[in-house]
Amino acid sequence: MYNKITAHIEDHREELERLWKEQLTSDTDARIIDIMPEHIFESTSSEFFDIILLNLKDKDREYKEKLQSFSDKVVRLGWPVALVVKGLREFVHTVQENLVQYGSIDKEREGDYLELLDKWMTPISNEIIQTYAETWEKTVSLQKMALQELSAPLIPVMEQISVMPLVGTIDTERARLVMENLLDGVVSHRSEVVLIDITGVPVVDTMVAHHIIQAAEAVHLVGAKCMLVGIRPEIAQTIVNLGIDLDKFITTSTMKKGVELALEMTGRKIVELEG
Amino acid sequence: MEIQSCVSILNEWDIVAARQLGRNVAKELGFGTVDQARITTAISELARNIYLYAGEGQLCIDRLNENGKAGLRIIALDKGPGIPDIRKVMEDGFSTSGGLGAGLPGVRRLMDDFNIDSNPGEGTDIRATKWLR
Repeated sequence: MYNKITAHIEDHREELERLWKEQLTSDTDARIIDIMPEHIFESTSSEFFDIILLNLKDKDREYKEKLQSFSDKVVRLGWPVALVVKGLREFVHTVQENLVQYGSIDKEREGDYLELLDKWMTPISNEIIQTYAETWEKTVSLQKMALQELSAPLIPVMEQISVMPLVGTIDTERARLVMENLLDGVVSHRSEVVLIDITGVPVVDTMVAHHIIQAAEAVHLVGAKCMLVGIRPEIAQTIVNLGIDLDKFITTSTMKKGVELALEMTGRKIVELEG
Repeated sequence: MEIQSCVSILNEWDIVAARQLGRNVAKELGFGTVDQARITTAISELARNIYLYAGEGQLCIDRLNENGKAGLRIIALDKGPGIPDIRKVMEDGFSTSGGLGAGLPGVRRLMDDFNIDSNPGEGTDIRATKWLR
């Protein structure tokens, strides 16, 4: 039974490949095919076919390596996972139909053949889906790391003055980092005044405000003052609407004004050189 | 005429997705930057409430057009524990989670219309609308 199918596929390889591709392009959601350049679809789908054939012929190491490199390639080329799964399913259909058409198998044993074909396909689809999932997981964890790296640095800009620019969405995890870096930095840089810049924070809701207030209170406890700078006009209005009390804060609209004020608070100012 | 788009709130990052959706719709409808900020902030509050108190739920954005007036409606739905005393949660400074307690009363002030419907054990349905002026 096994050999019968392989022999048949090898004999009718070109015809099968043509039928399979036709089936795949005619039936698939046009959108999926559209996003792939045609020559890439052509070449990879031939390779796809090769891999499936190789799996049918032998199950040795060579096949395993090839499958792995193939699924890597498929993922890199951006074959949608739906198309890959469909490709495998269509292959079973095409081969089975072709077998019946040529009379290579008896009608009553069709079910057995179908089952056998299915069994062959399972490891391939498992491997490919596994690779997809691994790639996604890797991307997500890399991005998480990248996000953490730009999380919340405290920059000592001048003696006794430090700045923490916040950019992007603040979630619980980042809020925790803000607090830690702020306190560690204030102590190690011996800052008197810390400026928290929220120019790059898209939305200041009650949670973000709550975290900033808590951070400021903690900074106060270690003996420094906290200033909130970079409050955009629309953010100012939403803060008022929300009814958040920032009275305890010194706030300014821009970082420039904030730095000037901080210098004043530490008894200094910027002067222009004469001459 | 209503066109609705929804975001399922399951984790903290879905709040950002909901906000993004709201901001895009608000922009399309022609809201100014201040109203865009109000709408996104309101969405942020409601979506966070779902995440914090109900665990999961849905946040939908409706585009409204009534008597030639365009508007945007935020619908926050969950099947969470519900709110036992609605009057209490609408008070400024009341919070069961140690927060600022400005969320719901704040949303009411940020938006034009506000309606809250909740039964303990059944869930919560909050609708807030902003009209384009």
